[in-house]
Amino acid sequence: MSARMIADKTVKYILFASAIISIIIVLAIGFFIFRESIEAWTELGVGEILFRTVWRPGQDQFGILAMIVGSVSVTFGAILLGVPLALGCAIFLAEIAPSAVQSVVRPAVQLLAGIPSVVYGLFGMVILVPLVRRINVPGNSGYGLLAASIVLAVMILPTIASVAEDAIRAVPENYRHGSLALGATKWQTITKVVLPAGKSGIIAGVILGVGRALGETMAMIMVIGNSVIVPKPLSGNPLTFFLSQARTLTGNIAVEINYATGVHESALFATGVVLFGLIMIVNASARSIIRGQKFIEKAN
Amino acid sequence: MENRTSEIALIHKAQAQNLKKEKTRQDFWVAVMWLFGLITVSILVLVVGYILLEGVKAINWEFLTTSPKGGLSGEGGISTTIGTTFYLVSLTLLVATPLGVGAAIFLIEYAGEQSLSSKFLRSLIGVANFAVETLAGIPSIIFGLFGYALFVSTLKLGFSLLSAALAGACLVLPTIIRTTEEALLTVPDDYRRGSLALGATKWQTLYKVVLPASTPGIITGIILSVGRVISETAIFYVTLGGSYRMPTSVLDGGRTLALHLYYLAMDTRAFDKAMGTGAVLVVMIILINLLIDLVSRKLTTGVRKVR
Repeated sequence: MSARMIADKTVKYILFASAIISIIIVLAIGFFIFRESIEAWTELGVGEILFRTVWRPGQDQFGILAMIVGSVSVTFGAILLGVPLALGCAIFLAEIAPSAVQSVVRPAVQLLAGIPSVVYGLFGMVILVPLVRRINVPGNSGYGLLAASIVLAVMILPTIASVAEDAIRAVPENYRHGSLALGATKWQTITKVVLPAGKSGIIAGVILGVGRALGETMAMIMVIGNSVIVPKPLSGNPLTFFLSQARTLTGNIAVEINYATGVHESALFATGVVLFGLIMIVNASARSIIRGQKFIEKAN
Repeated sequence: MENRTSEIALIHKAQAQNLKKEKTRQDFWVAVMWLFGLITVSILVLVVGYILLEGVKAINWEFLTTSPKGGLSGEGGISTTIGTTFYLVSLTLLVATPLGVGAAIFLIEYAGEQSLSSKFLRSLIGVANFAVETLAGIPSIIFGLFGYALFVSTLKLGFSLLSAALAGACLVLPTIIRTTEEALLTVPDDYRRGSLALGATKWQTLYKVVLPASTPGIITGIILSVGRVISETAIFYVTLGGSYRMPTSVLDGGRTLALHLYYLAMDTRAFDKAMGTGAVLVVMIILINLLIDLVSRKLTTGVRKVR
């Protein structure tokens, strides 16, 4: 066998090794995070971690329910604010904007995705938090779910908008022609034909946005206040719920990991396991929807 | 007869009214969509504009060229953090680029080969694709935890550039793999056949023909990854230590620009300096986006020429 044939074979095996490195990394991530958390699960019990709201490392109490509620609440707020804007933006880009306007808005959306999360956090601390603080409710510090939801809504906008735009563009042009030929207006065509046809892709985009929101760390630490409490309304008005401080699962890990030892450290890895599990479920459901969509497109 | 015509007139009138109503509704909603587009651009202008305008006040030659001195007012500049950022970006990409490009080449060029008929290998490739998708969805703090558990603690690399770069490489790996895959897919099959017909081996074909043709796409992936490492904070917050001194070896800890911004804002409350650091970061990200635009435009014109 000539030298170049041997080189050809060797390279193939090297490339194969790099192709399976992703598998190894995913397995290693699962393995190491779970291994480090075993101490907490066995010493404290699964129930004590998942269903208790008291997190006091000094007294060996490590309930993360407050953080689960915090993460879910801020994600809910971000979806409430971000989804209408992102979908509007996607419809605008795919169906309405003239190409000159598209070439301004699309790079703007891309740039929004590229801005570092600490910059959003800083903006939130300096501009949003003082604004929120002006709402006159006792106990309102400005830091809390409202400021965090606004920051997070902007951060997930690019994800949702770009996936939704792709989904809308993937709707065959014939559908639009058919609807317009029946005498429907352009807007009727968009709402009654295009959006229903691209529904699953749009939903997948929203779910991916949920995944991004659950995983965001630094910007959340900077504006959410980080108190370990289950968020609740500050006064009789239920809307003041969003003025409450909170802590996210991600924030819990980042704030304490650098000085934690023993069971405390293990409990932070347990927090990581819960976060990892949540995000895997969310992303898997988004992927199965996207895959279903592709399947339907192929069938058509 | 009279009746029929008046009925028809009524129908025409109703149709006209309906059309008018739908037109008004359409005008309203189209205006709302324009508003949404405008809001999105305004948010960007607001955030970027504010950070840049406030940041410029803190930025001068001294700020850029002296090292942080620590202290409660965040004294000093950001020189070492710029240095550390470049150091970490290079190290991360040095690890991630060969792995990512190699993986992409295998997944695109070799995975469909006849010689890979074994069921086990086929399913392994399916799992590899699934793993890349999974990696792309994992939040950065999880990579941080992983890096902390494996590189910092178990392998005893400590809080260091090396630990941070290895964890960071996991973050950018899917980006590099996916962009390289796309670039490889744009290379026409004729190129491969032509080279193979001349007697070149598969690897010679890839190395001398396919890879050069897909270089702009691969470079796009690398630049994207540079941007992600520059913006990333959570991973490095738990793996890099945070010392503001300039690292002298890969086993030293350090502080990137983004991490410095975080410490300034959260620990020392030196918001003016944080704004300055933020402005430097934002300018870097804008430049990177422009560069990607330029390279990808070059990529598309390149392909057009081929066709």
